[in-house]
Amino acid sequence: MDVLHRAPAFTFDAFGNGSSSDQPPRSLSLAWPLLMAVLLATMFFGLTDNGFAQAAVAPKRTIIEVLWRWAPLLLWGFCFNLVISAGAMAVGTGVGLFLGLAQMSRTRPVRVMANVITEIFRNSPWLVLLFACVLLLPFQIRIFGLVIPFPDWAKAIVGFSLPIMANVGEVVRGAVLSIPTGQWESAESLGYTRTQAYLHVILPQCIKRMLPPWMNLYSLVTMSTVNASVVGVSEMITLTAQANAAEGSRPELLAPFYAFDLVCFFLYCYPIGKWTEYLERKYQVKI
Amino acid sequence: MQPVYDWFRHLYDTTGIDLIFIYDNFDRARTIKGFFITLELSVITIILSLIIGVVGAWLQRSHFVWLRRVIAAFISAFRNTPPLVQLYFFYFGLGFFLPRVHDASGQLVPMFSNLQWAIISLSLFAGAFNIEIFRSGLEAVPSSMVEAAEGLGYSRFQIYRQITLPLAFRVCLPSLGNNLVNLVKTTNLAYAIAVPELLYVSQQIWSDETNVREMMAFVLCAYLFLVFLLVALLNWIERVIRVPGVGHMEAY
Repeated sequence: MDVLHRAPAFTFDAFGNGSSSDQPPRSLSLAWPLLMAVLLATMFFGLTDNGFAQAAVAPKRTIIEVLWRWAPLLLWGFCFNLVISAGAMAVGTGVGLFLGLAQMSRTRPVRVMANVITEIFRNSPWLVLLFACVLLLPFQIRIFGLVIPFPDWAKAIVGFSLPIMANVGEVVRGAVLSIPTGQWESAESLGYTRTQAYLHVILPQCIKRMLPPWMNLYSLVTMSTVNASVVGVSEMITLTAQANAAEGSRPELLAPFYAFDLVCFFLYCYPIGKWTEYLERKYQVKI
Repeated sequence: MQPVYDWFRHLYDTTGIDLIFIYDNFDRARTIKGFFITLELSVITIILSLIIGVVGAWLQRSHFVWLRRVIAAFISAFRNTPPLVQLYFFYFGLGFFLPRVHDASGQLVPMFSNLQWAIISLSLFAGAFNIEIFRSGLEAVPSSMVEAAEGLGYSRFQIYRQITLPLAFRVCLPSLGNNLVNLVKTTNLAYAIAVPELLYVSQQIWSDETNVREMMAFVLCAYLFLVFLLVALLNWIERVIRVPGVGHMEAY
């Protein structure tokens, strides 16, 4: 427990940090009705507020009609967000695992380099890293005459996986450091090599400890994928703006449109958060 | 400073490394301005989010069930939705429904500027996290402290202000620090609603000069600098307000 807390491992958020197991059950049942109320309120405003609207090209639909009409497209965009988040998470976790282990390497240069890389990518803003990848990576890669196109969304995946990599590295390091040294010593006395000890003794025990912060990170990544709209990847938020333009750019539609996006993300991320909290309680290391 | 500017111009002429935001007067002025807007955005949102956190954590211990539920709903709504969409929702969505007001020169302008919307939105976002952080800190304060204070005749508010909050603050300082660092890194979302902060200005410069690589490196360094500044400040605060026996390090 102590090492787990001292290592600046699961640092990207506040979820359950330092919270104790006997916390009172929080009544969160209100969250959903409240969001729905916000959605309905904005719809109502939009319905009554037509005086502000500019002359629309298309025949004027009510807000519910508009949302109903565009929901399939927006949900398609949301799926694209999920694809980006899954891709970035896969790449970031794969590389981050090695980065985390490299931070505990016995070779000093490897250790120092892994630490520097982790610190840089953990402390730089996600949006800037995304910009850097989208603008600086080539739009196609040429390998032995074979031209592989490298579209914007693939660059976005790379852009998101950089901070994920650093954060996963920290999660791995924190988890490995939280394993009691007795485990290492017993593995050693049983004749395991360092690699074998990692593979068969240490890492399997780490998975439990890494799962909650990893899921936290996934939820954060999913919410960050909307940043890709800023650099022009056609995900949910980009499609939202386009849908609004197609409806004649009625400004009173923007609130319900974005409220719809918010609700989608909430419905996806809230259960993940609850599940994470549950796992955190379940796997909590008793002192 | 002229020799320095000349040297960077010379660097560009000889090597092609175009650090125009140093040697060009116009670009330097707007870069500095952008940096200070980022700083302003960071400082104000940090302060506001801390206020939201302290007040929210107090309200969360209220006797009124509905007040507690509203706070819980606020926390989970803001924690589980993307900050960028929150920003869009506030700026484009709600901004449209607010009345327009007359500014100093008598013109009709929106009630909140884009910078103000960014401050509001980001403060609420980070504030929701801060409430949770303070709550976990408050839970770590031993109940015997509260009982002792009650025995000494402190009121509920006095206990919160003078006993539990100061102790909780020391306990949760590490996770609070992480959240504030995150907040500083998130301020550049204001780019999306055209607040002329550091990233926005840099984007303007690299669009004009096509020196994306140099500007990108500069932006990253500037943010790393800001983050390290904040971390150093937090470490200093942690050292100054340290009470032996309270906090996370001494406990182990």
